[in-house]
Amino acid sequence: MKLSREEVRHITTLARLSLTEAETELMQTQLSNILENFEVLRQLDTGDITPTTHSVPLQNVFRQDAVTPSCPREQILSNAPQKEDGYFKVRAVLED
Amino acid sequence: MTELHHLTIHDAARLLHQRKISAVELTKAVLSRIAAVEPKIKACVTLDGQAAMEQAKAADDALARGMTDQLTGIPVLIKDNISTRGIRTTCSSRMLETYVPPFDATVIEKLKSRRAIIVGKTNMDEFAMGSSTENSAFHPTHNPWDLTRVPGGSSGGSAAAVAADEALAALGSDTGGSIRQPAGFCNVVGLKPTYGRVSRYGLIAFASSLDQIGPLTKDVTDCAIMLNAISGQDQRDSTSVAQPVPDYSGALCPNITGMRLGVPKEYFVAGIQAEVRDVIDRALAKFESMGARLEWLSLPHTEYALAVYYIIAPSEASANLARYDGVKYGFSYHEARNIWEATEKTRQIGFGPEVKRRIMLGTYALSAGYYDAYYLKAQKVRTLIRRDFDVAFQKCDALITPTSPTVPFKLGQKVDDPLQMYLSDICTLSVNIAGIPAISIPAGFADGLPVGMQIIGRPFAEETLLRIAYTYEQATDWHKRRPAL
Repeated sequence: MKLSREEVRHITTLARLSLTEAETELMQTQLSNILENFEVLRQLDTGDITPTTHSVPLQNVFRQDAVTPSCPREQILSNAPQKEDGYFKVRAVLED
Repeated sequence: MTELHHLTIHDAARLLHQRKISAVELTKAVLSRIAAVEPKIKACVTLDGQAAMEQAKAADDALARGMTDQLTGIPVLIKDNISTRGIRTTCSSRMLETYVPPFDATVIEKLKSRRAIIVGKTNMDEFAMGSSTENSAFHPTHNPWDLTRVPGGSSGGSAAAVAADEALAALGSDTGGSIRQPAGFCNVVGLKPTYGRVSRYGLIAFASSLDQIGPLTKDVTDCAIMLNAISGQDQRDSTSVAQPVPDYSGALCPNITGMRLGVPKEYFVAGIQAEVRDVIDRALAKFESMGARLEWLSLPHTEYALAVYYIIAPSEASANLARYDGVKYGFSYHEARNIWEATEKTRQIGFGPEVKRRIMLGTYALSAGYYDAYYLKAQKVRTLIRRDFDVAFQKCDALITPTSPTVPFKLGQKVDDPLQMYLSDICTLSVNIAGIPAISIPAGFADGLPVGMQIIGRPFAEETLLRIAYTYEQATDWHKRRPAL
């Protein structure tokens, strides 16, 4: 499995991660190597095998719907890089 | 009397309860030990001696009132991906370099309620991704047994600190071997509990279906004490399990007569260092001489574990780490033209190379057109790996393997080759994939470097593991050896 440069670029877009030219090149080689090692899984016939998502089989987990104090707003905001009037401040998502 | 920082939890607790030492004395001894060895080891990223001394005074007050809890007044260190209220919690990442959690992880609440003393936070591979602690954004940690070698990872700071007597015990986390492998490399005891045994609330997520918190300690008795302290169901972690928590200390009975120990042959083939094999062979002979029955068996899907792990863990990581967007906490890049560039730059600067690699790998494995070939396929093979263990446990009470195929490697030796680094976890990955418990204990030395032995058990059979480990430990003295520092 050899990843093309365009595929690496596409993944960076999906991952919202920008990479320098040098990082992109290195990533292309390293990811290709790693993916090549995953080819071993193709040897296995897993047609009728149920996938395991969690090692402990769990059904829905419920708890009492009781009101308890939650983390105060000022504590939640205490790590915010930018805040205003008790809110997280973010850049405009939609542009003109 | 032995120097105070050398003490185990159980020895220190006895002296504290007899009022022969105070928590203040013990904490002072640990802090001066840290001051003496930390320049060489660099196991910690944050230390708060003053807060530790205040906690020690409070512990002494409790002891004076007759409190006889085994953890009261015991100085511990915490891996820096476990949230501690008011103490910076960085995951050894630039992304969280200044992040101070507004809440405690459940395991921290539990330790505090027992009046254990939190001295500081330990170094790790960034976001727990790595096997050598060299992926820390701050500094590498050095193996106390040979300062030119790695302590293992990702809980390398916790393992090195306990080995160097910088704390009586530490907490780590284990997603693919991150407690056991460094424990083996540093000659300490490390246990990964069954998935769901310990609450993950407040553990900064790496791969949610694999992560567990567990103890790193100086001996098996302390491991049982720490495991009791952190186990149990928690409403804030819906994957924690309602299984009752036994008194693990009750399992510390040095008798394994008639026990059936399986030895999976796949763990003794290609890639294992001859000296490591020799140490484990001697340990197996020891088990036999103590009345256990050995049975060589096969876990036929072992060779697929690496691929399964490096699809599942990065996939889950890519989703978990999507939260680092520079808005709510953590590093934030402000000079961008728009929100998307700000997010991409925040992540480019905030994350180190291995974290980026895994985000890329996971994003790819989950992307349209590839999901079935990678993620779904890996989850199906995950089922086959679990079944291998189910079959083995029909015949055996536990399995014995090396913890790691080699002794600790040199700093810098594997940093440029991710795949070689991934292979150093080859003996531990399957356990997380199957969600079962395993312990690593000191098993001997090769050329002066520690060799760990892994004991793997059925789900929630931590008592069996502790009993086997304790029996071996009582018959040997590897765990009593200390590095010359």
